Amino acid sequence: MSEPFIHLSGVRKIYRTRGIEMLAVSEATFDVDAGELVSLVGPSGCGKTTLLKIIAGLHDHDAGTVRIGTKEQPFNPARDIGMVFQQPLLLKWRKVIDNVLLPAEILGLPLAASRERARDLLRLVGLQGSEEKYPYELSGGMQQRASIARALVHDPKLILMDEPFGALDALTREKMNLELLHIWQQAKKTILFVTHGITEAVFLGTRVIVLSAGPARMADNFRVDIAHPRTLDIKTQEKFGEYTRRIYHLLGME
Amino acid sequence: MSDNLQRYTIAILSHLALVAAWHFFIVLGKVPTFVMPSPYATLHALLVPNYRWIENITVTAIEIFGGYFLAVVIGIGIALLFSWFRIVEMTMMPLLVTLNMIPKVALGPLIIVWFSYGIGPNIAMAFAICFFPIVLTTARGLREVEPDLLDLVRTLKGSRWQVFIKIQLPGALPYIFSGMKVAAILAVAGAIVGEFLGSDRGLGYLMLQVQVTLDTAAMFMAVILITLLGMILYGIVLALERLLVVRDARI
Repeated sequence: MSEPFIHLSGVRKIYRTRGIEMLAVSEATFDVDAGELVSLVGPSGCGKTTLLKIIAGLHDHDAGTVRIGTKEQPFNPARDIGMVFQQPLLLKWRKVIDNVLLPAEILGLPLAASRERARDLLRLVGLQGSEEKYPYELSGGMQQRASIARALVHDPKLILMDEPFGALDALTREKMNLELLHIWQQAKKTILFVTHGITEAVFLGTRVIVLSAGPARMADNFRVDIAHPRTLDIKTQEKFGEYTRRIYHLLGME
Repeated sequence: MSDNLQRYTIAILSHLALVAAWHFFIVLGKVPTFVMPSPYATLHALLVPNYRWIENITVTAIEIFGGYFLAVVIGIGIALLFSWFRIVEMTMMPLLVTLNMIPKVALGPLIIVWFSYGIGPNIAMAFAICFFPIVLTTARGLREVEPDLLDLVRTLKGSRWQVFIKIQLPGALPYIFSGMKVAAILAVAGAIVGEFLGSDRGLGYLMLQVQVTLDTAAMFMAVILITLLGMILYGIVLALERLLVVRDARI
């Protein structure tokens, strides 16, 4: 077996506010292989966003180890993370293409080549023709597509997504799930996908990590044995139902 | 006819209608000129050479634009300091709030004692009255940065300067302009109040002079000219906003 791309072992995070200690993440241990799309699912307040931010290097952790990258795939913390949030967070005063270029500008990448890449990515996410538009001219789903293109523009190895489709309506969300699988297969990135949608987690993930709240802890970690490319049809499969039931059971929601 | 053209046409027509209504009110109501002059009599006041209109307009314009310009530059500058150095904001902001509570008019006699009267003190008055809204809105705008967006830049190890120049400052622009619009109106009031309190030139000064001789037409003309100066200032600010702020972001 090759080395995992992400290795977490015994990661613990405690928030201290006004003398009260709150355990946000306890004993998070899991591996993610390069090229996997791993869903992190759990109820609100189970620490999944915290975990994502620890991996992104935005938060410290109190115990345990976090290691990202392998010999073949070295990880540069400044260059190799792409972030997608629940809100698209596009800059209102920039055209779509210039929004996508933001990370390239911050990293000081050659702009002509990045612009070319940004155009390609906008095509990949289905936004060809919207390059010169302003964010307010796009729907919520289209804005989120642009923010996915932005996360890919500097060609990072790891994409961290924090409930990226949580603010979209149900139909757009289904569509974006399919789009994301397509993008993932084209771009060949490792993706960590935080969600509280159980079917979404199973539908997208090559693997699902279940976190439970109160106290926050890792409840499960299993492979989703459904071949890619996936279509919405798989949701009617027996296996799909078993996976989702398994998660519902773990979260005590049967 | 384009949408814009239609809007401008209607705006101009409504102004003309107001002048017409004014005219007929005077003529049909047989209002004495010293109470309220007709539009024609008001225009006619411009022909009195004694009133030195050009000079008085220039003086008032310098006071309004000068005070306003200073307020924009210093106001934005202070707000930037606030956003860069928290301690400066913590010490100066409460102080500014208190100082802003002082009725500027009450400072008039003091300003005359300190600086005598003239253009300088009136610029100071316009500045004092319109400076605070600019500080307040700019400081507010600079604070309004999405924490997630900061995280995004932090994962890319972006510098504070990059955050400022690419996100914070352009994001604050709509707020800055909303403060500048309020300030434009206040600057006009400030300059005129300054002239009322003590001056030897300017449209406000002229109004006090013609009040004595009951030349109401000249007073009307002065008010109209002051209003025009204010509209020019406001128009410049609006044009700048259109140039610099994307439509959706304007507030």
